[in-house]
Amino acid sequence: MSTAETRRRASTPWLLAGPALLLFVGVVLIPIAMTVLLSFHDWGQYKGIDPIITLKNWRDIATDSYFFEIFLRTFRIALMVTAISVAIGAPEAYILNRMGPPWRGIFLVIVLGPLLISVVARTLGWALLLGSTGLVNVALLRLGLVAAPVQFMFSETGMVIALVHVLLPFVVISVWASLQRLDPQIENAAVSLGASAVTVLRRIVLPQVMPGILSGSVVVFALAASAFATPAIIGGRRLKVASTLAYDEFLNTLNWPLGAAVAVLLLIAVAAIIVGANRFTERRYAEVFQ
Amino acid sequence: MPTTRQPPSENAWARRATSAFTRGFTASSLFCPRYALYALMSFLALQGLTKRFGDAVAVDQLSLDVDKGEFVSLLGPSGCGKTTTLQMIAGFVEPSAGTIMLAQRDLTKVKPAARGLGIVFQSYALFPHMTAAQNIAFGLEMRGVAKPEQERRVADALALVGLAGLAERYPRRMSGGQQQRVALARALVIRPDVLLLDEPLSNLDAKLREEMQVELRAIQRTVGTTTILVTHDQGEAMALSDRIVVMNRGRVEQIARPTEIYQAPATAFVANFLGKINVLPASVAAGVATIGSARFATPGAADGRCSASVRPERIAFAAQGLAGTVKARIFQGHHWLLQVATDAGLITVIAPNDGRALPAEGAATHLTWRSEDMTLTEPAR
Amino acid sequence: MSRNGPLALAFHALFIGFVLAPIVIVCAVAFTPEGYLSLPSHGLSLRWFRAIADYPEFVRAFRDSLWLAALSSSIAVLLSVPAALAIARYRFTGREALLALFMSPLMIPSVVLGIAFLRFFTVIGIGGTFIGLVLSHIVIVMPFALRLVLAASTGLDRAVEHAAVSLGASPLTMFRRVTLPLILPGVVSGWVLAFITSFDEVTMTVFIASPATTTLPVRLFLYIQDNIDPLVSSVSAALIFLTALVMIALDRLYGLDRLFVGAGK
Repeated sequence: MSTAETRRRASTPWLLAGPALLLFVGVVLIPIAMTVLLSFHDWGQYKGIDPIITLKNWRDIATDSYFFEIFLRTFRIALMVTAISVAIGAPEAYILNRMGPPWRGIFLVIVLGPLLISVVARTLGWALLLGSTGLVNVALLRLGLVAAPVQFMFSETGMVIALVHVLLPFVVISVWASLQRLDPQIENAAVSLGASAVTVLRRIVLPQVMPGILSGSVVVFALAASAFATPAIIGGRRLKVASTLAYDEFLNTLNWPLGAAVAVLLLIAVAAIIVGANRFTERRYAEVFQ
Repeated sequence: MPTTRQPPSENAWARRATSAFTRGFTASSLFCPRYALYALMSFLALQGLTKRFGDAVAVDQLSLDVDKGEFVSLLGPSGCGKTTTLQMIAGFVEPSAGTIMLAQRDLTKVKPAARGLGIVFQSYALFPHMTAAQNIAFGLEMRGVAKPEQERRVADALALVGLAGLAERYPRRMSGGQQQRVALARALVIRPDVLLLDEPLSNLDAKLREEMQVELRAIQRTVGTTTILVTHDQGEAMALSDRIVVMNRGRVEQIARPTEIYQAPATAFVANFLGKINVLPASVAAGVATIGSARFATPGAADGRCSASVRPERIAFAAQGLAGTVKARIFQGHHWLLQVATDAGLITVIAPNDGRALPAEGAATHLTWRSEDMTLTEPAR
Repeated sequence: MSRNGPLALAFHALFIGFVLAPIVIVCAVAFTPEGYLSLPSHGLSLRWFRAIADYPEFVRAFRDSLWLAALSSSIAVLLSVPAALAIARYRFTGREALLALFMSPLMIPSVVLGIAFLRFFTVIGIGGTFIGLVLSHIVIVMPFALRLVLAASTGLDRAVEHAAVSLGASPLTMFRRVTLPLILPGVVSGWVLAFITSFDEVTMTVFIASPATTTLPVRLFLYIQDNIDPLVSSVSAALIFLTALVMIALDRLYGLDRLFVGAGK
């Protein structure tokens, strides 16, 4: 191969990916970099954005308990959403996997389909269900489980319920993918060696599905921590999470630098968790799986 | 109607006594001597076993008596019902009719987890998240065997299959042959009453398969477990089994020792399935079979048309006999394959590569064979 | 394939009920004949669907959403095909980093992207314009399109292309007559998934939309923040019906689990 050919060969992939690369550098890397820079700027109600470098915003976030409370709430909600989603999503994926042809396909469409529906429409449904005159309260009152309507709207509980609904399909997808890779004979082998149904689930299926559960958990946690539309609608103006706080600062207070700082902090936290969890999964399960 | 071959004449009692003596009593340290008591009864009895899937009959009235320590193969093409039969014995498929008796116990009423059978699956089905030792120990764990004894028996099992150093290895780091041995050890360590093998060697390459066949036979002889092997490979069945059950479309075609199955196939299907065979049209009159231009003495054969089957390696070239012309002469290493066109059809002849003179391509020649090397069956449909 | 016991099926029924509840309630409320939020206990009515016509901003937002989705998916796919071929075919330094860059919008919270775009567009002067919307949507949907096109490209047997070349095809002809037809299912499903993602996108778009250029989900979101009435239900119900049609068609043609999971089936 001549040097001209070698050079041409080496540059082909870059030429092919070039346009996309330019777009991403221009529309992703640069804006993110600018946002990080913005978080170091100062701001005043009358002077607007002052393009100097100051740690004021970061100091505020680190010291003011208001921000700490909001971030704590954000991650607390994300954790609960993740735990509940996995607790009900993983078994459902297993049950779906054991179904026969027509039902399995139908229910898979029903479970995964909502992902294609706008989150606003889905959350609206919960706003209708969780209101003080909503169906959930009507049912609870009728059944005599509560004496007065429970306040779901504008509460963390309501947010958790709605977020679980929105993010559940991701757990199902992840666990489902893991289950597809299982050799069905393995369960039979365990049974033939004397294992009960529970033992098979606990000792054979669960360990093999763990990587799927973990990666699903990471996705759900990241999405729950950065969720915006659902907390905005269910939580309202009073109950803020990190995303709605950033929105508030940016579009209501117009304190862009502070908003940018909140956003950057959220980005760093989520990225750290994703990378950390992936590393953990790889190290723990690399020996056993691909 | 022409008579078919006589049913295999075996001295059943003598066979059982021999098997009991040579197998049941030469159990290794892995096996409990009480099994010797069962040596004189039919150990595993399948009676009228049938499986229907809707209108289709996968297994049709299969009856089989297996002795303690015997190695029986279920042999047939795909779809013949052999795997379904194995799954019924294992308990993963419920029979539509018939019974499975193991040591006088009705197995059909027992759940798969409680049947105490050792199974080696086609894909090995090793637990990927456990080491070889943990895989093998699993059955012992389920039986509540104490830890120190578990370790001892696992070590013995690994030694038996020749994998002593691989206890801590994970399946994904093992070769196909090693995985297969772990699967075998895992099935044997629980001291099963019966060992079921579902096409265990089909995923191995040819050379490895041959080596494993020899080892499998040796291991089975050592531990003396009653074994049922499912395979579509006739060479494998013949190499490993004490008896072969040839199946076709859910039905049993023949149950006999490998040599008998090969030399005295009961039906045309069996004749065609095992080894190469020539099936020639023949007509019998007064104890003489006429095939093409040749005549053979077949005393006792019924008059009329029939099919004559003769193995290629039993045919010789001679000055007299069935006239024909050599159409092809193919060298295959330790033997020659010749195709001879005769007026009874195209005949395949296999001659050993021992330096003897063979007719050249295009030469005219005559074929001959002994009457007892020929089987007469119903005309092939 | 073992069957599920009664306990499992009961759990499954509850699960499905949970999944369908909000969607069903939205559709139910949309048919109410009353002038306020209520279930249609006295019969169904289409009044709230007809009422949509009285709110031209919803109709306009719907049209804008369609155009935006179509434009951004098409451009995203046009960029994804050569990028996917580059990544699938060639081993070059920076390949992993390139793929990570293209997939990064999935890892970056939409809020952060929204803020970043808003800042960036304002600085370069296209804040609140349709162009800005398109650029940002292309970036957001590209990971989805790229993932599916990449899967199709890696699944392609290179031997087929070598055969074409050995028979005398030029690189362009080979691409047009051999490669493209073979990766087309991945390209089409990539386009559809990108379209749906763009259409539904709300979090990031809320930051960069302006009164003049708004998408339907954003319009809906802003309206809901002020009041919840049957009108939003009917708009949402209409969205749900449309999506359901697309979803069923997509599942028939491609398979929803393949779309989201990749392998399987």
